Amino acid sequence: MPITVAGKTVETDEEGYLANRTDWSEEIAKEMAKVDNCDLSQNHWEVINFLRQYYDEYQIAPAVRVLTKAIGKKLGPDKGNSKYLYELFPYGPAKQACKYAGLPKPTGCV
Amino acid sequence: MTEATGGIEMEEGVGGKVKKFLYVNRKAPYGTIYALESLEVVLIAAAFDQDVSLAFLDDGVYQIVKGQHTKPIDVKNFSPAYRALEGYDIEKLFVEKESMEARGLKEEDFIVPVKVIGTQEMTDLMQSQDVILSF
Amino acid sequence: MLHTVNKSPTERNALESCLKHLKKGCAVLLIEDGVYGALKGTSSTKMVEQALKNHPIYALYPDIEARGMQDRVIDGIKLVDYSGFVDLAVEHPSVQAWL
Repeated sequence: MPITVAGKTVETDEEGYLANRTDWSEEIAKEMAKVDNCDLSQNHWEVINFLRQYYDEYQIAPAVRVLTKAIGKKLGPDKGNSKYLYELFPYGPAKQACKYAGLPKPTGCV
Repeated sequence: MTEATGGIEMEEGVGGKVKKFLYVNRKAPYGTIYALESLEVVLIAAAFDQDVSLAFLDDGVYQIVKGQHTKPIDVKNFSPAYRALEGYDIEKLFVEKESMEARGLKEEDFIVPVKVIGTQEMTDLMQSQDVILSF
Repeated sequence: MLHTVNKSPTERNALESCLKHLKKGCAVLLIEDGVYGALKGTSSTKMVEQALKNHPIYALYPDIEARGMQDRVIDGIKLVDYSGFVDLAVEHPSVQAWL
């Protein structure tokens, strides 16, 4: 289902992930979140921006376990745990946050 | 902490005993799909917390050379992902010395830290595994 | 351990590389185009005969026959059928494929 933000339409796959990563913008992330009834807070953005940096560096979306550990390393143990991340992204931190970050679905995610 | 819980999960959980897995990579990266497939299997199977090693020999050593720029051939450059393996607790990467030298490569040409071993040691490594996956 | 090779030695180095990585107790099974490595009078015959001194080498007969190579197999290479293939895989603690 394509997403339209400010008159510009971008393509997604059948699960809502961006077809072209370069189409990403903060507005698109907000629009994706709105569809899920999710209001993006500063805490959400921290994770989304982290994922974008991770992808830039490694060209893959991390597995949940790897994301959790890496977030803990960067933002501290109170954020690097499943409970915190699942509260932010109830559909699954890797799955949902990756989608908002414009990344492909993590390898191995079903 | 991670290692301790990982161990407990493995002994009591779904996977049973921790096994030694070796991924043998013998193909250059872009001419065939083998290298990328191997990497994807490694990343997916990392979730099972097994004792994983990666071996690069023959043309497989080309998979991890620095300086890959794939834009001109319009293919995804997956070499940066080898640097992510450490975050997946996969840290045992072996390169066969003879294969490396036959291709004019040195240890510092690789994008990730590797252990360079001779054919004899590589043979021993293969022999000591429970499961070998070839690509 | 059992090593399988499924590529022709004149097209790829799978057989050559495999033979370099054999240890005591290892066996080699040639299948598919790998059976071209079982032939007399080729550029890899000498290398295979050398390996035969220390290791059993098998070739999958249906693949030999399909390629019309039944009269060219090196003496000492053992021919197996599909159930022989299965037996070999079961007998050895691990199997490595050379592709």
